[in-house]
Amino acid sequence: MKTVYKKPDSLRKVKMHYCPGCGHSIIHKLLTQVIDELGIRGKTVIVAPVGCSVLLYNYIDTDASEAAHGRAAAVATGLKRAMPDRVIISYQGDGDLAAIGTAETLHAANRGENFTVIFVNNAIYGMTGGQMAPTTLVGQKTKTTPFGRDEKLFGTPLRMCEILNELDAPLYIERVSVHDVKNVLKTKKAIKKGLQYQIDGEGYSFIEVLSMCPTNWGVSPLQAAGWVKESMVPYYRLGVFRDRASGREKQND
Amino acid sequence: MGDRVLMRGNEALCEGAIIAGCRYYFGYPITPQNEVPAYMAMRMPQIGGCFLQAESELASINMVWGASAAGKRVMTSSSSPGISLMQEGISYLAGAELPAVIVNIMRGGPGLGNIAPSQSDYYQSTRGGGHGDYRTPVLAPATVQEITHLMIDAFDLADLYRTPVIVAGDGVLGQMTEPLVLPEPSQKKLPEKDWVVDGAEGREARVLMSLRLSPQRALEDLNIKLKKKYDEIEKREARCDEYKMDDAEYVVVAFGTASRVAKASIDIARTRGIKIGLFRPITLWPFPENRLRELAENRRVKAFIDVEMNMGQMIDDVRLAVNGRKEVYFYGRTAGMLPDEDELLQKISEVVR
Repeated sequence: MKTVYKKPDSLRKVKMHYCPGCGHSIIHKLLTQVIDELGIRGKTVIVAPVGCSVLLYNYIDTDASEAAHGRAAAVATGLKRAMPDRVIISYQGDGDLAAIGTAETLHAANRGENFTVIFVNNAIYGMTGGQMAPTTLVGQKTKTTPFGRDEKLFGTPLRMCEILNELDAPLYIERVSVHDVKNVLKTKKAIKKGLQYQIDGEGYSFIEVLSMCPTNWGVSPLQAAGWVKESMVPYYRLGVFRDRASGREKQND
Repeated sequence: MGDRVLMRGNEALCEGAIIAGCRYYFGYPITPQNEVPAYMAMRMPQIGGCFLQAESELASINMVWGASAAGKRVMTSSSSPGISLMQEGISYLAGAELPAVIVNIMRGGPGLGNIAPSQSDYYQSTRGGGHGDYRTPVLAPATVQEITHLMIDAFDLADLYRTPVIVAGDGVLGQMTEPLVLPEPSQKKLPEKDWVVDGAEGREARVLMSLRLSPQRALEDLNIKLKKKYDEIEKREARCDEYKMDDAEYVVVAFGTASRVAKASIDIARTRGIKIGLFRPITLWPFPENRLRELAENRRVKAFIDVEMNMGQMIDDVRLAVNGRKEVYFYGRTAGMLPDEDELLQKISEVVR
């Protein structure tokens, strides 16, 4: 009999702590599928951020390193500079990457560090219980924007792909989403492409993944997927912003 | 023995690190240690190493984490305000038991302070510095020659105990040019780095982290483990130097640049018939308290004079060691106003009277 589906070898067979409907478990699965398919489990080091995915090393069966809040890009830089032939993945949430770690993110990208960033954007702080993220939409209610995010007080949500696309060095920038099957498959393709580029020594890749946080959004998992589609996607345009290796630079611009 | 060369403190520390096998340097400019990144930017490419000017001290110390997690000898350097910024990272390094060498060429504070020599980060260096229950070994050289030796020792201590190590100099020492002979590499036998995260090929996956959530006792267990390590370091690694102490009735306690001024005052005081000597801690933590206690218990010794380039910080450790057996006096200047040998002589005269 032909195996058409199995749990990825690099995904540990343990129960995850993620809430029902959370996007992290989907993204972990995609990432480990890609690690298996590329056969890089033995040369991969994942940097775990501070945020809901702080314990990702309990689920992903590769070497891993913690990073202080916001400093994943700096830790990844140190790892990659010390081990250019290893595959380094920086897996970060929106608070980690786009608030407290903006400087590290921008400068690692600007140096064209040859590692792969997976940026999970769910427009809210999950682990601390639903505060405003740098990517929280205008009008979105959170614990710290109880009347909705007011752009006059808190500015407008940061579009990290667009910001990084202003830099010269990054190789590949794409925004994907995991709110439905079609986009989940696209997300897997993007992760695989980013990692392949790193293996080939091409340079910095940045994959932003729009994701669901039903618990802190206060909606059902199904409604959460719908909210990504209806509210997030119109603001955070999906697609390839830059793909220098395949010559499709700034396709969406 | 190598040739005698003339080097500036900030450059000598780089050569010491290179002899120790350090091939990774991450740093951010700040006066008065700017010769360090400039020198490393030139030297690292020559020897197949990596120099990277980070976007901040926060980034520097976390790049240090990354290279250390890969098992490499790695260092950063900064001066007081920059070291304050690194404290979060140093706490994480201590928690994850990652070796690293951090050089602090101290300047005046608090705040932006000034760019002049100071020793006012004694508390910060010796009490952990960041959050949590931890310590870092602190080495305090007094000459450019000694810097080169202590850099090598710092890397050995870091690897031996899996801990960040601080080398604490000051602006005078960093900027001063002195003759020296470059040391030979260390022959110390060190434990294998069986904790490195370099890809789990053919083995179980490893994680380097300071987070300890479960079981409930996990973090306390880590702290107990760290405490045992710190006890071991206190027992084995305290170091000090003594000058004209054989018959001394009065003891000046000073480290780094302050100890050099103290020596000059001691020499003059000796010509006036005062039996006085110098006790110089080389390790600020572990503080060489056992030897100082012995001196305090010695009936010949009448009093201690603590001399620092701050408002009196090491004096707490001196008093703990002396434990009320003898009087402890203080003389200090700070923030670029160097201790003056005549002023110290005046203080010595007052104490002797």
